[in-house]
Amino acid sequence: MGPASFPVLRYSGFMTPFVARLDCPGSTSEKAGTSAACEGCPNQSVCASGAPKAPDPAIEGIRLKMASVKHKILVLSGKGGVGKSTFSANLAHALASDGTKEVAVLDVDICGPSIPKIMGLEGEQVHQSGSGWSPVYVEDNLAVMSVGFLLGSPDDAVIWRGPKKNGMIKQFLRDVDWGELDYLIVDTPPGTSDEHLSVVQYLSGAGIDGAVIITTPQEVSLQDVRKEIRFCQKVKLPIIGVVENMSGFVCPKCKNTSQIFPPTTGGAQRMCEDLSLPLLGQVPLDPRIGRNCDQGKSFLNEVPESPASMTYRTIIQTQKYCIIITPEVLLLCIQTTLSGLHLRH
Amino acid sequence: MEVASDPGNLRNVRHVVLVMSGKGGVGKSTITTELALALQHAGKKVGVLDVDLCGPSIPRMLGMANQHVHQCDAGWVPVYAGSQQTLALMSVGFLLEDPDEAIVWRGPRKTALIGQFVSDVVWGELDVLLVDTPPGTSDEHLAVLEKLGKHRVDGAVLVTTPQAVSTGDVRREITFCKKTGVKILGIVENMSGFVCPHCSECTSIFSKGGGEELAKLTGSVFLGSVPLDPLLSASMEEGRDFLQAFPESATYTALQAVAETLLHALDH
Repeated sequence: MGPASFPVLRYSGFMTPFVARLDCPGSTSEKAGTSAACEGCPNQSVCASGAPKAPDPAIEGIRLKMASVKHKILVLSGKGGVGKSTFSANLAHALASDGTKEVAVLDVDICGPSIPKIMGLEGEQVHQSGSGWSPVYVEDNLAVMSVGFLLGSPDDAVIWRGPKKNGMIKQFLRDVDWGELDYLIVDTPPGTSDEHLSVVQYLSGAGIDGAVIITTPQEVSLQDVRKEIRFCQKVKLPIIGVVENMSGFVCPKCKNTSQIFPPTTGGAQRMCEDLSLPLLGQVPLDPRIGRNCDQGKSFLNEVPESPASMTYRTIIQTQKYCIIITPEVLLLCIQTTLSGLHLRH
Repeated sequence: MEVASDPGNLRNVRHVVLVMSGKGGVGKSTITTELALALQHAGKKVGVLDVDLCGPSIPRMLGMANQHVHQCDAGWVPVYAGSQQTLALMSVGFLLEDPDEAIVWRGPRKTALIGQFVSDVVWGELDVLLVDTPPGTSDEHLAVLEKLGKHRVDGAVLVTTPQAVSTGDVRREITFCKKTGVKILGIVENMSGFVCPHCSECTSIFSKGGGEELAKLTGSVFLGSVPLDPLLSASMEEGRDFLQAFPESATYTALQAVAETLLHALDH
């Protein structure tokens, strides 16, 4: 495969070969492998052969499996380290605090699974039964599945290219004995690549309620998050709303607020206005959230009544664009997420 | 000595350093940017290759957003910062017409583009080529090693934040380096403590010391801790040269020390 496989617009002096490629008709399209955009694509011959046109039979298997799952929610962000897993874990805890609901978290971050640590399940293993892989339970009504449970040691690296990651995700969706669930929360890695495409495709038969998008306030993060929103639009995945995390830091000593990650372009609020998306809430940087994650404890269970949280309470500071509420705002965000979900039904 | 087997356009590149982390959002691109600027200020010719295809951050951080890549007979001309032509950058961000456009690509296409970046970019003479990678241990990382050739890579700088959730992912990246035979040049702890600009109280928002501990645990060189500094994040947003703008700050000293240790490691 030579470098010449990408067409280059020589006459313009500017190189824009990938713009054309973004018009990829998709491997299941009638034009797969034959449209102008396919010219020079490494996958052209595979697409043109018609092999990918048949939908993966696993999609039907997953649809049947997921028939017992009422709501499926993805947690997405183009950017890494913005708090996807923290939000997923806390959302799951909040949902599971209603003992009548059955909740599960599926961690499809194959190369960097954080959910086991954040939910206090490091070193746990997955068992196999007649009805499939048994997930690990945090509470009676809160199940978790992650590639982290399949590794022998915390140092083990999953050095896999796309197809193997996709195979693992397929197995997670099809072969795990999820049972009857009210909510399945899918935590994803950063980016818009194999894992994201696979989850959306494999769940295309079963249907996804929507995605919650997590960002931090600065433009360096928002520029990636806008790409993720574009991804959702491309694959027709509804967006439940956006959560802005790490939104301002209140010094525990002097109570002054600092914008560690400054919202120089208006933060999530401006982005949501521009793109007509609901802003579900803004969660401040709170050292206790990170600490609880490291210890695998639920922030919502640990902190609400603590005296320390009093100092943060009701600090409603209207800065330029950024409104900082309390750390319990996380709970509020989650409740808003849920009411948004219920509205959709 | 291996010059003959090198891809033509990398012939005059002396050192290649990967900047990696298992974890996202820990500051790989920020550290890459600051290392590039520090090396440039030290009189070196520096190239930066951004192989984070789904989330390219470097163009904005170096104040080079909205630039284009030109084609010449020898290949693709990288974008230069300033007129001195001592800091060159190549990123997929330069190839998108609309900056919000998503690159929704599976592995093989990402691998193919990285191959082109390695073989087709006319880097010219460089002292150091820094390669900024996305989080994880997957297609992009394998592609970089495969296309550059393992012998061509001097080693990797690993970036982490102090908390266990992050060092856990970096431990996996260390395993990746060991398995693929990439030398670990050192570990940087980023976002290490925040000094309140109002009262000077230092709060460890993401805990403290995790990077140094990890370096000890794995027998790696600890390159230093870089504090959480709103001036640094603001500089990244605006594409301003932080090292030039704030030479009196503690963050400057920390970044400078990381760069010097790295240079020393490369030259010995």
